[in-house]
Amino acid sequence: MTDTNQAMVAKYKGNFLKEVTDNVEEGSWVKMCMQCGVCSGSCPLGPHWDHPPQEIFMMIRANKREEVLSSTSMWMCTSCYNCIARCPRGLPITHIMHGLAHYSKRLGLKAQNQPTERFGQMFWNNLVKKGRVNELKLGLGLYFKDGFAEGVKVAMANQKLGMNMMKAKRMSAMEILGGHGVSDASGFHAMLKKAEELEAARVGANADAK
Amino acid sequence: MAKRQYSYYPGCSSQKGASSSNLDRSVQTLCQELDIQLNEIPDWNCCGASIGYAGGGELPRMTLSARNLALSEKHHPDQDVVASCAACWLNTREVQERLNHNPALKAETNIALQSVKLEYSGNKKVRHMVEVLIEDIGYDVLAGKVKKPLEGLKIAGYVGCQTNRPFGINGESFENPMYLDKMVETLGAEPLTKYEKKVACCSGALMFSEPAKGQALVKDIIESAYDHGANMIVTPCPLCQANVEIYQDDINARFNTNFSMPVMYYSQLMDVAFGRSATDSALDGNIIQSKELRGIADK
Repeated sequence: MTDTNQAMVAKYKGNFLKEVTDNVEEGSWVKMCMQCGVCSGSCPLGPHWDHPPQEIFMMIRANKREEVLSSTSMWMCTSCYNCIARCPRGLPITHIMHGLAHYSKRLGLKAQNQPTERFGQMFWNNLVKKGRVNELKLGLGLYFKDGFAEGVKVAMANQKLGMNMMKAKRMSAMEILGGHGVSDASGFHAMLKKAEELEAARVGANADAK
Repeated sequence: MAKRQYSYYPGCSSQKGASSSNLDRSVQTLCQELDIQLNEIPDWNCCGASIGYAGGGELPRMTLSARNLALSEKHHPDQDVVASCAACWLNTREVQERLNHNPALKAETNIALQSVKLEYSGNKKVRHMVEVLIEDIGYDVLAGKVKKPLEGLKIAGYVGCQTNRPFGINGESFENPMYLDKMVETLGAEPLTKYEKKVACCSGALMFSEPAKGQALVKDIIESAYDHGANMIVTPCPLCQANVEIYQDDINARFNTNFSMPVMYYSQLMDVAFGRSATDSALDGNIIQSKELRGIADK
């Protein structure tokens, strides 16, 4: 748990809806949900959510703060945008789920060992490094995420797939030597650092304000 | 006629040796045929895809696409931005809309962009390659280019998610967009208009983190194509293409199926129909070959 989390708990005193409205990406839309359930029924991974979006929205209103933020549910979003396209109230549900997932990490409350959370962070680190995704390193990172021995096993099991991709020139062993990237890497890193600082300062200032 | 010029955002997976390099190759061939010049945005970066939110907050992610848009504004001021990748197009267009509707977020984005000496104004039109084909070129011109009609081929048009929602193409419905079927028909093949999985989800990036759940979705997408008697699936989206094509061995092992269904890009079908070779059409980039399509290309 982080200092920001403690500050948020102190500030919002059991008004989780207000906390989400103020601090989560597109969170101000949550109050518009009318509990029709079209989002939950439209989700391709709906059956795998502990709490589908409709339920998450009600839990936010019911102050189920820790249950929401530590849930694996938001990490089931495939970004298919079915819920956004169909929501009769026009809620940007996909973005709210992404926002809740990210906020749960900012506060240190995220679900533990959630595979999509881990892969998503790996993906972000990969793209930040050179400005473009290195698919080979991302794939290897995914294979070896649970240690070397497990990684060798997974890599062996996927050997044919890898060979197929190499043969079709859709995977390149050369990417291990650096690979594609932006030429202005230092500017790119400074830009992202600045954006992270501005966002952290905004959320931090909000947490500190009484 | 003067060449049409666009500010092109190819995206990470279209690069040499990357997972949809065959999409880019077939699009480049298509553009030669249609007198389209794609000017690559200099030094473009990743759009963050659909999974970037795990590590990147709202502002850093907005800044990624804003940098690309600002580069396009600077280097190609009079050209629309065009992307061939569904996620690249979606993210770039979405960021532009969100920044232009939120002055505070736009101001912060521009502060971050000072680090790369760029400024984002938000005056670009962000378009998908398919929109260029439909709106700027038109079905009639496409039909006129056909030298080898794809006669006898039954094709399941798999539009997927991100080319279709939340923006969509050409004002079509989210539930049953028709443009891919119309393209198939224009090329002389038979579109399977009753294909139920047209706008179903392939699981996107969750195929990597949740393979069992992802493969279950893809199994249904392929099975439905077989049920309708398809020779192949066609899609505009690079992640749909990869997810539906490359795991068929795993799916066969997991579900005791016997799938071997080719999954092509619309651009590959057009290249072949326009008389280009199998190599120009990047057919060698597919893991599961369509004998029928290759037969037409080699004719």
